[in-house]
Amino acid sequence: MLVSKIRSREDAYRHDLRGYQAGFILAAILTIIPFALVASGTFSTIATLWVIGVIALIQIAVHIRYFLHVDLSPERREELYLMLFSGALVTLMIAGMLWLLFNLHTRMM
Amino acid sequence: MNVIARSLGLTWVAEYDHEHDRAASALSGFWLFMMSDLIIFGLMFATYVTMLTPMSFAGGPTPKELFELPGAALETAALLTSTYTFGMASLAIKFDRGLGKVKSWLLITLALGLVFLALEIREFAHMVAEGAVPQRSGFLSAFFGLVPLHGVHVTAGVTWLVMMLIQINRTGLTGSAKSRIARLALFWHFLDLIWVGIFSVVYLGGIA
Amino acid sequence: MSHSFWSLVFGRLDFDSLDFLKAFFHPDLNDVIVSGASWVVILGAVVTAALLTWFRLWGPLWSKWLISVDHKRIGVMYIVLALIMLARGVLEGVVMRAQQADGLHGGFVSADHFAQLFSTHGTIMIFFMAMPFLTGLINIVVPLQIGARDVSFPMLNSLSLGLTVSGAMLVMISLVIGDFSTGGWTAYPPYTEPDFQPGAGVDYWIWAVTLAGLGSTLTGINFVVTILKERAPGMTLLRMPIFTWNALCTSLLLVFAMPPLTVAGLMLAADRYLGFHFFTNTLGGNMMNYANLFWQFGHPEVYILILPAFGVYGEVIATFSGKRLYGYVTLVIATMAIGFLSFGVWLHHFFTMGQDADVNAVFGIATMLIGIPTGVKVYDWMATMFRGRIRFSVPMVYALAFMVLFVLGGLTGILLANPTVDFQVHNTLFLVAHFHNMLIPGTLFGMLAGYTYWFPKVFGFRLNDRWGYIAAFSWIIGYFLAFMPLYAVGLMGMTRRTVSYTNSAFEPWFLVAGAGAFFVTVALVTLCVQLYVSIRDRELTRDIGGDPWNARTLEWATPSPVPAYNFPVMPHIHALDAFAVAKEAGFGYQEPTSYSDIHLPGNTWAGVIAAVFGTALGFGLVWHMWWLAWLSLAVLAVSLIARALLGDRHPVKIPATEVRRQYRAWLEKVRAVTPVTRALEWDHRNCGVAATEYFEEAAE
Repeated sequence: MLVSKIRSREDAYRHDLRGYQAGFILAAILTIIPFALVASGTFSTIATLWVIGVIALIQIAVHIRYFLHVDLSPERREELYLMLFSGALVTLMIAGMLWLLFNLHTRMM
Repeated sequence: MNVIARSLGLTWVAEYDHEHDRAASALSGFWLFMMSDLIIFGLMFATYVTMLTPMSFAGGPTPKELFELPGAALETAALLTSTYTFGMASLAIKFDRGLGKVKSWLLITLALGLVFLALEIREFAHMVAEGAVPQRSGFLSAFFGLVPLHGVHVTAGVTWLVMMLIQINRTGLTGSAKSRIARLALFWHFLDLIWVGIFSVVYLGGIA
Repeated sequence: MSHSFWSLVFGRLDFDSLDFLKAFFHPDLNDVIVSGASWVVILGAVVTAALLTWFRLWGPLWSKWLISVDHKRIGVMYIVLALIMLARGVLEGVVMRAQQADGLHGGFVSADHFAQLFSTHGTIMIFFMAMPFLTGLINIVVPLQIGARDVSFPMLNSLSLGLTVSGAMLVMISLVIGDFSTGGWTAYPPYTEPDFQPGAGVDYWIWAVTLAGLGSTLTGINFVVTILKERAPGMTLLRMPIFTWNALCTSLLLVFAMPPLTVAGLMLAADRYLGFHFFTNTLGGNMMNYANLFWQFGHPEVYILILPAFGVYGEVIATFSGKRLYGYVTLVIATMAIGFLSFGVWLHHFFTMGQDADVNAVFGIATMLIGIPTGVKVYDWMATMFRGRIRFSVPMVYALAFMVLFVLGGLTGILLANPTVDFQVHNTLFLVAHFHNMLIPGTLFGMLAGYTYWFPKVFGFRLNDRWGYIAAFSWIIGYFLAFMPLYAVGLMGMTRRTVSYTNSAFEPWFLVAGAGAFFVTVALVTLCVQLYVSIRDRELTRDIGGDPWNARTLEWATPSPVPAYNFPVMPHIHALDAFAVAKEAGFGYQEPTSYSDIHLPGNTWAGVIAAVFGTALGFGLVWHMWWLAWLSLAVLAVSLIARALLGDRHPVKIPATEVRRQYRAWLEKVRAVTPVTRALEWDHRNCGVAATEYFEEAAE
């Protein structure tokens, strides 16, 4: 009984450890790709910017999943809803702001 | 039973007067604070992007002339590794791997945080020496509004980390220390997340 | 040498900055008014201090109030602050109305002084009257309504109060030392950049608003967590009283809408103090970004101000109609919808800034959408009153006036939401009339209704009703006379924030508005008289049973004034409007079968330290006394860190036997009281226990 409990605890530790390791490796890869792209200059500027943007979003998702431990499980529902709500608001604010100010910028040209 | 209770409206029950889970409340409050902070960073990012126009460069230096990949890469490496080492400290606490292990992981994290700050200060000093000061243009104002704001957050995190090291050195891993380190961990990972935005938007976006 | 020493110590402060001396050097009417106002502040402070000393109240003030973490006492302190600032804000409004009534070709106030008046009036009414008032009500009511011992973070609550007070102190100090900003409550650059306003005024605005805004963010965090985590067992989200729902939405708005203000304020400060170019004319600054950031805060702020008032009206209308709230769930959905939509409409505050018509169209349509959930609310309140036995008590008078006037104001809002109409009337008094139409009947009447409604809960006696009616009708008449003419002159083309005019057709309207200002002054005075008379006659209006209005929610199920621990044991909730259901079942006043020890947080100096050193920090920054700013910042940081390390060193424990003794004594008193019917609600025989008379509706 006691032994099995220790073993399961050991398993849980290894499970959590693998989580952090996976997150770290994924994050490192997702960092190196855009840095390498920019350093080599293989793509055009616009294409590079698109790749940077998409990879940054993926990396943010990786950080949220593996470091902040917010996932789809029921016990993290509260944080998930909070993050989605905040994400929606900050997107609304930033999108509106960029639309408005670049529109004004164009009209001032 | 339920039907009867419903018609009573409310009943007074002594045993429900339990001590609330303070740590859980504190963690929720901290999440809200971080989301509030997220709005601040979001607006600083948006302001920075709107300042990436020739009008806001005002004849001064442009991102392409200012930013260098190696510096940004080093800063990123330091911060990304520190987020992993903090994760190791959290694991050591969660699975009772001993105070020594917790302390050494936290010390490594602290060292990496300081390395990051040193690299960042060196970069700012370099920019100032080149005349790229915030007073030069709207774009540089936005840069010095966004990136040092993150640096100030890291400084706060480093200070907090020092305080926690002092606390666990004195009292060991008490409940309050664990709860605070849990919040600090959130803060630290959150700052790393913001940094992903900074190196993507400011450095890579600027150089590409 | 001596000059540099002076500037090291006092920064840029000099004798010319001392307003209270101005009348002696330049005795014209304008400077006499400026000096007179600062003497009123000085004398007010001196008289208050003298009275406190004379009645030996410093000790109780300190130990029972200033360092208290009891949410009810903190709430009362917020409301006291709000009422003091209300007095100043109203008087400034009256001076402005008088100036404009006299303003054909001149008037008696200088243009610069007039600009300071509308800037402080707006700043005060929004940040230091409405915000503290609603925060105070939320503080007092929410923990009681959800059956909690206290808020989640009592120390933080005290800290928020301290920060709000420090902001208010800075605005008050600006009356005595130096000038305030002339840039309006919105402080738009580039006019507020140092090139145009190098003085201390804008800096007063920045630090007052930033400190108070920080306090509000922390309040928001505190109450979101309190409402989500501290509810009594059995109180599911859909059993929360409607005021608590509105408080939850307001708190969420505080958390997410205050950051844009902080960002805008600190960017403006960076421009002014460090020569940045966020909003300057030169070197690539973008002043249009300020308008954008400010209103990303400013529009949700409008709903921060109005939602708590909606909550009050929900409680008041249900209680004084003797019915449960109609359409509770729709009200909840409408509240949350308004909260979310409020983040998507900020651009309608600057339709004329120059963006494309399609940008304006999107935000105009989004603005009109908010009218839908608001309309749902108005219909729900009317349906609540339908076939109810309505009592025209003072809070209900405010609520009814609100419903009529708010719909009027809302309709002018729909007009303004149309960009083409907005181009005609923007920056005129039509707009001023519109937002006063929303904020006076909406926020102010709501706050005053809440003040009258919950006063007995906090102090144990009711407010005098006769003076309450006089005050309410003075507010309504005063509001109507003072602001309806502004719609007309606004349509005729009178711009806002204008000290005088040359078109004699405006004058009759301004004379009527001036008469309205007189009634508003009367309303302010009657509020003071009401408070005095109520305290004098408090033995006639004792609220022993704690339920003077035969109300429905949990806060009325506990003694008035509420003991520090709120409830003897935790209530277990089985229904919406639990107390009404319990009374109907004849179980309104039960004794718990057992008691347990109660633990309460200990007092803290955090609030006082935040208030004193927050003020000093702001003052040091405003006057460039860098030593003072750094010192205050250090004291604030060190004391917060010390509090964090030391923890709560004096927690209070109230033994179960003591709780039982107090609660039983109260139950004895309640049983000795004769329950009264609603016909005697305002009679001295109403001792706060309601007779069961018409509970048929609640039965179903």
